[in-house]
Amino acid sequence: MESGWLLPDLDDPTTQEFWAGCARGELLVQVCGDCDERRMPPRPMCPRCRSTAVRWEPTSGRGRVWSFIVAHPPLLPAFAAVAPYNAIVVELDDDPSIRFVGNLVARAEGEINEIDPATILIDEPVRVVFHQIEDVALPRWVRA
Amino acid sequence: MASASPAGLIKNKTAVAGIGQTAFGKGLPDTELSLACQAVSIALDDAGVDPSEVDGVASYTMEPNREVDVARSVGLGDITWFSQVGYGGGAGCGVVGQAAMAVATGQCNVAVAWRARKRADPTSRPWAQAARRLTDTQQWSRPFGVIRPVDEIALLTRRYMHEYGGTRDHLANIALAFRKHAARNPASTMGHKPMTRDDYMNARWISEPLCLYDNCLETDGALAVVVVSAERARDLKQPPAFVHAFAQGLPPQHQTMTNYFTDDPLRGPAWTAAKRMWELADVTPADVKVAQLYDAFSPLIILSLEGYGFCERGEGGPFTDDGNIEWPNGRLPVNTSGGGMSEAYVHGFNLVLEGVRQIRGTSTAGVAGADVSLVTSGEGVPTSAIIFTRDT
Repeated sequence: MESGWLLPDLDDPTTQEFWAGCARGELLVQVCGDCDERRMPPRPMCPRCRSTAVRWEPTSGRGRVWSFIVAHPPLLPAFAAVAPYNAIVVELDDDPSIRFVGNLVARAEGEINEIDPATILIDEPVRVVFHQIEDVALPRWVRA
Repeated sequence: MASASPAGLIKNKTAVAGIGQTAFGKGLPDTELSLACQAVSIALDDAGVDPSEVDGVASYTMEPNREVDVARSVGLGDITWFSQVGYGGGAGCGVVGQAAMAVATGQCNVAVAWRARKRADPTSRPWAQAARRLTDTQQWSRPFGVIRPVDEIALLTRRYMHEYGGTRDHLANIALAFRKHAARNPASTMGHKPMTRDDYMNARWISEPLCLYDNCLETDGALAVVVVSAERARDLKQPPAFVHAFAQGLPPQHQTMTNYFTDDPLRGPAWTAAKRMWELADVTPADVKVAQLYDAFSPLIILSLEGYGFCERGEGGPFTDDGNIEWPNGRLPVNTSGGGMSEAYVHGFNLVLEGVRQIRGTSTAGVAGADVSLVTSGEGVPTSAIIFTRDT
């Protein structure tokens, strides 16, 4: 069913492993196959050693809020329907150099407007959950 | 001192000799191509140069009008140099600076650069035309509702406020200063609407912590400049605005607009462009009398004040206090035409023309003795900056 949500192309060779991990309930990070450098967002070459070898490793799925916004209209219709909603940037506990954009939600199945924005704090601890839209499992975050 | 370095190759070798702009507004009847041609034509007349002499053309990659179409309509000559610069609002000084490089190196003699757009129609906004399936870096932000440029910059703004204690009052200082400047500028689209601090504080949210008045305008219009050699410029109609120094900036690991993934996301492209530009220049930030800083969003002013070296990191907010960025008495009057937030938003190209007017002494908020005039392009994207000077 068409949701009107903006979603990733699941067939992009550089990123499809990440989204496949989400579908299995795993938050993965791309790691250099030669020098073990972690990198987010994924890319085809290691900026440290220039290797094109990659592997994917699970993360703890735990982190802290690095920043957040509360978006109000005008927005695309699917997003306007749940506005105002929050969006956050999370930095991982196990590697603060790895950050993800996401949303703070009350539960995996919930909407992105269920947390009172006035209660969101930078540095508050969160853990990943996955929310299904069409054929994509989006990583979102609940309070840890 | 610079003669031993390639750094000095274009310094003071070229000048902006002509500027032209159409009316700014919403729903202008002319096409984007017509607007582009009118702006180029006005700029050539301003310089006193015949279109047949134009042999170089520079434009934004986001420019809808192709060189061939503008050249054919305006009647340009044999064009031997043409180039485009990417990254939207980061390109404004880039196209002018690259035109200066082309003239200084003999690839052409008379270059024109322009920007034309009709953005007042809400359906024309790029974010409203997003593909449903994302293959580029947008896949790491848009599925989470970080859809518009304002959302992308608001995430950096909140982090900035957390790290440095920046406040909405600092952002209001910026919006109010530019509105005051616009009130003096008959070409501005918002000069007739005064703004108070209460207006700012009570404005509707767009993407917290940014409200309506932290955003630039959406404008139809076009602007153009003519770049020639310094020698030629001295013989033309207008006082030359010499291109003293120019640089672009794309820092390591940078991700355009959604730069949340580096070690230091609040140190953006401005720092990279600034470092090279000041190395190339004979002047320092203390010599700059007036600045046009790219203002798609008010927090970019704070980041640019820091990035271009007008204050230390974390001090960009307080720098805006006490009327410091206001004409005529501020320490550094900024965006003296009203800028993208109160004059017109034409991807920052109106800032280039105002930087030139300050050197000419024709700004409606002219800074006395403005012999060094800085213009910057978008912070948050791969960017560019130019120092114009009155003398060589």
